[in-house]
Amino acid sequence: MQEETIAAISTPPGEGGIAIIRVSGAEAIAKVDAIFQPRVQGRSLLELPGYQMMLGWVKDAQGEPVDECLAVVMRQPHSYTAEDTVEIHCHGGVLAARQCLQEVLNQDIREALPGEFTQRAFLNGRLDISQAEAVIEVIRARSQKALNLAVKQLSGQNRRYIEKLEDHLLQAAAIIEASIDFAEDVGEPDYEQLEELLNKVADELQMLLDAGRRAEIYRSGIKVVICGKPNVGKSSLLNWLSGRNRAIVTEIPGTTRDIIEEYINIKGIPVRLIDTAGIRQTEDRVETIGVQMAQQAIAEADLAIFLLDVSSGITAEDEDVFHCLDPSRTIILINKDDLQDKQIDAAQIKGRFTGMPVIFGSVQEEQGLSELQDHIEMMVLSGCGAEGAMEILLSERQQRILEQCGEQVLTVRGLLGMLSLDCLAVEIGLLLDSLGEVSGRNLKAEVLDRIFKDFCIGK
Amino acid sequence: MIYDAGEYDVVVIGAGHAGCEAALAAARMGCRTLLSTLSIEHIALMPCNPSIGGPAKSQLVREIDALGGEMALNTDKASIQMRMINTGKGPAVQALRAQADKHQYHWAMVDTLLQQPGLDLLMAEVERIETDDAGVSAVVTRTGARYRCQAAIVTSGTYLKGRIIIGDVIYDGGPNNQVPAMKLSQSLLELGLQLGRFKTGTPPRINRRSVDFSKMIEQPGDERPLRFSYLSSLEPKEQISCWLTHSTPLTHRIVMDNIHRAPMFTGVIKGIGTRYCPSFEDKVVRYAHKSSHQLFIEPEGRNTDEMYVQGLNTSLPEDVQLQVLRSIPGLENVHMMRTGYAIEYDYVIPAQLKLSLEARAVPGLFTAGQVNGTSGYEEAAGQGLVAGINAALKVLGGEALILKRSQAYLGVMVDDLVNKDNDEPYRLLTSRAEYRLLLRQDNADLRLTNIGREIGLVDDQRWEVFNRKLEQLEEIRQELEQTSFTPADSAMASFLAEHNSAGLKDRLSLWELLRRPEIGMEQLVEQGWIKPAPPDILEQMEIQSKYEGYINKQREQVKKFEKLEQRLIPEDIDYQKVFGLSNEALQKLQTIRPRSIGQASRISGVNPADINVLFVNLEKARRKS
Ligand SMILES: Nc1nc2c(ncn2[C@@H]2O[C@H](COP(=O)(O)OP(=O)(O)OP(=O)(O)O)[C@@H](O)[C@H]2O)c(=O)[nH]1
Ligand SMILES: [Mg+2]
Repeated sequence: MQEETIAAISTPPGEGGIAIIRVSGAEAIAKVDAIFQPRVQGRSLLELPGYQMMLGWVKDAQGEPVDECLAVVMRQPHSYTAEDTVEIHCHGGVLAARQCLQEVLNQDIREALPGEFTQRAFLNGRLDISQAEAVIEVIRARSQKALNLAVKQLSGQNRRYIEKLEDHLLQAAAIIEASIDFAEDVGEPDYEQLEELLNKVADELQMLLDAGRRAEIYRSGIKVVICGKPNVGKSSLLNWLSGRNRAIVTEIPGTTRDIIEEYINIKGIPVRLIDTAGIRQTEDRVETIGVQMAQQAIAEADLAIFLLDVSSGITAEDEDVFHCLDPSRTIILINKDDLQDKQIDAAQIKGRFTGMPVIFGSVQEEQGLSELQDHIEMMVLSGCGAEGAMEILLSERQQRILEQCGEQVLTVRGLLGMLSLDCLAVEIGLLLDSLGEVSGRNLKAEVLDRIFKDFCIGK
Repeated sequence: MIYDAGEYDVVVIGAGHAGCEAALAAARMGCRTLLSTLSIEHIALMPCNPSIGGPAKSQLVREIDALGGEMALNTDKASIQMRMINTGKGPAVQALRAQADKHQYHWAMVDTLLQQPGLDLLMAEVERIETDDAGVSAVVTRTGARYRCQAAIVTSGTYLKGRIIIGDVIYDGGPNNQVPAMKLSQSLLELGLQLGRFKTGTPPRINRRSVDFSKMIEQPGDERPLRFSYLSSLEPKEQISCWLTHSTPLTHRIVMDNIHRAPMFTGVIKGIGTRYCPSFEDKVVRYAHKSSHQLFIEPEGRNTDEMYVQGLNTSLPEDVQLQVLRSIPGLENVHMMRTGYAIEYDYVIPAQLKLSLEARAVPGLFTAGQVNGTSGYEEAAGQGLVAGINAALKVLGGEALILKRSQAYLGVMVDDLVNKDNDEPYRLLTSRAEYRLLLRQDNADLRLTNIGREIGLVDDQRWEVFNRKLEQLEEIRQELEQTSFTPADSAMASFLAEHNSAGLKDRLSLWELLRRPEIGMEQLVEQGWIKPAPPDILEQMEIQSKYEGYINKQREQVKKFEKLEQRLIPEDIDYQKVFGLSNEALQKLQTIRPRSIGQASRISGVNPADINVLFVNLEKARRKS
């Protein structure tokens, strides 16, 4: 039993020369056939063997060609959705593709919702749960990098990493079980080997979790606040990073009095960039509120860029700003380094604000700014194994389970030799259960129910 | 000529370990039962090792006992040695093992069978099972007797088309040179069952008087030997020792020099053997780096000089077997009394059975034991009991007894048999049980006696013993929980010091104190804090307290597991209409027809993606209705 036929452009908008329209469902082939005019007279999509291309035109209601296309037919269950599927490859670019899609939809075919093809693939047994979760991520992806990660997960990447972990645990289980069930042949288990295996599991889990946290950064992005006393060039920096004149820049201190936000992208990381009012003691009521908001923004940010003005030296106002900051999440940019009048040098900074990266640069002359971006990336990724090569996207559920596993492995390792073998086996079994929930091997009613809900099945 | 020989409710074909349990259960539940065997002299024969129990199997034996079966009682009667093994490895996996006197085991069982009201014994070869529209209607013997019946239980062990192989000597035969059953296979095929072929083997037997025990290590029984049945007395019995020796590089060379004559390498043996109980030649070839394997010399009984060479299963030619034996320390001048052999036989592929062990295709036909492709006396007896109970329940009009994996090893075994592909004889292992810490041998009665009582297998005596135990447990538990001590208590302080246990920081109950590894029940009794009680009661309390945390962990696991077990699949589901199932899954689901999503997820060849599909389809259907 196949579902209602749906269609959508399945290539990302605006990219590449060819756009693909995917049509899937019970009537996909017949309905596309009705609007497809093959180049060679007398041929029909209905008779086209699977996975072969046919050249022709999509025609409109009057029979006029809309665009020259290639059509591919995939019959169930040999398609992505496991349903009858036609893909129309449009050559005429995005606009032509939209027109072709309209012709398809005019055949009483519904436009697919985001992710609906993949939902069908899952429902029809083509994807496992971790892949299905990836689909939800694909739909939600906010940057190209996040999308790439989701696509990797979709290919079953997570499962392969998990299988490696499971493999170590199964080895450990085998050592224990052999010593229990074949006591006379095997004797006591090799505890050194058990410990080694648990160490491997712990290390690899850590790598996975780090990679997951990294991916989380690419997926959800970070909040970066630009702060400093008035007139140091904060708004200039926001404008430069966002590539447009978003904030007013003047030589008058106290220009910015409100919070200004821009969504930008730094090295693939989605960043919510916040420009703030320069922090100082002031009588102006509006500015005072602005300063309070700035302090609030600093507290909420993942990272702060602390701007100083090289020509003004380190002042009491700078110190005040500094007291609002968490040094472990701060980068210092000494701005206006293009000016001749330099009142700040590296040694002074080291003496006052230790433990933070310091960059001398100039927003105006675009100096030191790529260095600043490098530092932002480094700082954000530090603490989650920045140099790790593993790329993986974890759902919140997976992240949570793996974190628990990580703690559990360490506990179990500590108990080696003290715990009786049957209890040790329970621990290993629990770990395997949890990993199975991540990979989808171990089915839990709750997870099935949730997937059911996320996919709005039965409604 | 075929004649009408009478009518029974249940006919059991084969009186091995499965058949005896099946027949006794059916008769005790009130069914008129016929137990037919090829040879009354070989009832409850132990054609392989003379021992019962060990990991997983001892749990099984105690479960059989709790349900009112016979194996535990019979083993206790016939035991000549008892040993608790795996003692340091935790209560879930420690296991009792008995060496049994084979002759006594046979006689004791025959005695029980003969005394059982409603049970008739018959020596005959059943050749055919007949059916009508309702299912099984009769069995017919070689000599023409037709016994009408409502249910038949095939417990034919390794006798179906049995073939004995010793080197290049090959002949039709059952275990121990018994006559095989050559016709019944054909009848089963005609009923639509699929058969497979397995092999198993046994080692040579030797004469005790030709053994030099001074070169071996003695393996005595326990000082305080326990027993399997909750009903048997704990009166100490004289323990007979086993002996440990080992193969030598010379032994292995002899095997390798003659390997071209080994049936498994010449291709004579086609049946698939078990990894868990490999032949000696197999071990030598597979573990070429090992220059020695352990061998146990075990007595076959009190009144015989025959001894069993555990670890030396072989189908090598007889002359090679003799050379092999004589290369072993202590056996230099040994006299071989029986030759080792391999046996090939037909078995019923158990995926065709329901969880009640009834064949899906033939109502009223049950199969149990080695004929279902298992190995081991205990596995056979356990299935026999389940089949006997379910055949009787069927006749009596009750609902089938299906034990869950979280309830009993019996449940694990039957569930595995039906759902998992087995390409070798199935042996029960503790590692097959997910909830091992709950399925202990010490609590089999607590898990199952109620069920046995409900189906009518637990008699008044057992019921009374059981209830008394429950009362005692409850009483002691209360004592433990309600007696508590403060850090100021000087008696407690000196007690703790004496046992190298840390002093109290807060008020602590005895129940909590018992969690400390260095504190045991006996010490508490010695102090007079707890009333004296039988050892199994004390042990039970100790386990419940010390392992409470892990037991609770497993209970949590069971809860999760049961959620999917409770998602039932409608019996009339048409899998053809479930869009998206893989071909393999479709076929498996159609043959096995699982009861629940949980069971479906355990079927070999059914993948998580298939379960998603099934789940979603069922859920859709449920929401529509
Ligand atoms: N020479 C030089 N001038 C700069 C540089 N960056 C910013 N300026 C100038 O500094 C002045 C203040 O810049 P803004 O970006 O408005 O400074 P701000 O920190 O946002 O100031 P408030 O909003 O008042 O807190 C402007 O006149 C800028 O043109 C730089 O790198 N070099
Ligand atoms: Mg500004």
